[in-house]
Amino acid sequence: MNESREIPQHAPSWHEWLASDVPTSRLHARCVQLYLSWRAFRTNTLAMVGLFILLGLVLVAILGPLLITHDPYAQDLSKRLMPPGTGGFWLGSDELGRDIYSRIVMGAGITLYIVALVAVTAPLMGLIVGTLAGYLGGWVDNVLMRLTDIFLAFPKLVLALAFVAGLGAGLENAILALILTAWPPYARIARAETLTIRNSEFIDAVRMVGLGPLRIIVGHIWPLCLSSIIIRMTLDMAGIILTAAGLGFLGLGAQPPTPEWGAMISSGRKFVLDQWWVAAMPGLAIFTVSLGFNLLGDGLRDVLDPKSSGQGGGS
Amino acid sequence: MPASETTALGSAGKAPKAPSERRAEAPARDALPPPAIAVSDLRVAFGKGAERFEAVRGVSFSVASGQSYGLVGESGSGKSTVLRAIAGLIDDWSGRIEVKGRPVEKKRRARSFYRTLQMVFQDPYGSLHPRHTVDRMLSEPLAFHRFDHIEKRIERVLEDVGLGPAFRFRYPHQLSGGQRQRIAIARALVLEPSILLLDEPTSALDVSVQAEILNLLKDLQAERRLTYLLVTHNLAVVAHMCSEIAVMNAGEIVEVMSVEQLRRMAPTHPYTRQLLDASTGYDAEKVARFERFA
Repeated sequence: MNESREIPQHAPSWHEWLASDVPTSRLHARCVQLYLSWRAFRTNTLAMVGLFILLGLVLVAILGPLLITHDPYAQDLSKRLMPPGTGGFWLGSDELGRDIYSRIVMGAGITLYIVALVAVTAPLMGLIVGTLAGYLGGWVDNVLMRLTDIFLAFPKLVLALAFVAGLGAGLENAILALILTAWPPYARIARAETLTIRNSEFIDAVRMVGLGPLRIIVGHIWPLCLSSIIIRMTLDMAGIILTAAGLGFLGLGAQPPTPEWGAMISSGRKFVLDQWWVAAMPGLAIFTVSLGFNLLGDGLRDVLDPKSSGQGGGS
Repeated sequence: MPASETTALGSAGKAPKAPSERRAEAPARDALPPPAIAVSDLRVAFGKGAERFEAVRGVSFSVASGQSYGLVGESGSGKSTVLRAIAGLIDDWSGRIEVKGRPVEKKRRARSFYRTLQMVFQDPYGSLHPRHTVDRMLSEPLAFHRFDHIEKRIERVLEDVGLGPAFRFRYPHQLSGGQRQRIAIARALVLEPSILLLDEPTSALDVSVQAEILNLLKDLQAERRLTYLLVTHNLAVVAHMCSEIAVMNAGEIVEVMSVEQLRRMAPTHPYTRQLLDASTGYDAEKVARFERFA
């Protein structure tokens, strides 16, 4: 590396400032890091598509009340099961004459609520359990990992069903059940990552500073686990939406008349052969959002994976 | 100066009073300052039962304050293990280790220990956290040990290891091998220890950079009156750096000699002679004559 650096004579443009090789402050260094990651991410077209789908979902969830054409709860039995495009219903109407488009728009917020809660809580829980087990080892590792194994041994939906059955049907309980079933894979990933990191010299080096295990785990091991956890999370989101929809479909998640997408499919199931749109429209919405998360996850893997070129790896 | 100098002494006061009592038994040694590092009958074993392997088998030596002491031996001779036991990175050892006349604990050590003794690791590619900037690596120890003037100290220690302030906010992947090792040395020095453990500090670097790093270490030692305990398999490095050398083989020290003896190639133990022979270059006939001294 050339050690004599050139000092630009003119004031640097924002672009030069962001791409600077010699940051001048902590904030500057962070900005440069973020900017370079963003530049790498931006070149991935599919990931950008995924990002736009999800930004769209957020916008729809925020602006919901402004976008709807009908009251999502208003029933009109004279206009039940209208095909898409007829009677002023863009995506048709359901068995109670409610506008499917308006219900999907209002349901976006609920979907986002589920996904956001699960996406924040489950990975965090897994990260804590996995890194503690991996770093401390010994009996802590044994206890925590056997617990994880027990949770992993059940099929996700069945375990979620059991939880909901125990806790009572409802959206909040469904979310809780989803969190309780979603964390074990994160714990496994975090533990595996921790085991590879734990014996590296840079961890020995911070032990030589005198830091305790907790500070080492949070400050030095978490940053390295985070990328694989985030990637796993975006790939998992689609599954979480589907499990939430599944619980709704079985009548154990959001209760009618809440316009939750899974519950909507569930009620449309009875007409799926003759009035396909009742189930297909919310299904399409689930499919689009799931696709968005998957595409985003793929793109994030390229940017965040420390083993990929460009970042973190060798020089 | 660390703001908590008094607490450092205070925590030392809490340590067992054994050293002073023992010194009372041997008043003749009282006049001399205690050695920087004194190791007696150190044993380290890995594994259990039938797989138990004794990596270090009763090693004793002492390093005087301000001295450079070399620990040489082939791979697997247990020299790095000795270093890690002294540093507290291995807690399953038996025997006695004293740092500055104070016996060290097996498990959690007092904070003041880390302000006395620091370590530079072998692989500069593996010893720096890939996601932390140089600034974070240097400021975290300072903040943890409650030093004052953190900004100034970081700038000065970077200066001391021959890197400018431009390197402060870089990530390890933006540095070359030699620059990384300089950062690793800066990190060890930032807490102003008086003893540095050097675990093959140049073996991962190419020859021209090796010389740079060794000269830097020599200059720093002269400036800061540091004590070095250097582990290496490279006899040229030891001859350049150290005044006294212990040769290890199969977990034991087989010979202690001065650097003059090493330069004259006049060892007394056959294993050392073989090690010196090996260092003069590869020769198939010579290697065929080598024997094991385990």
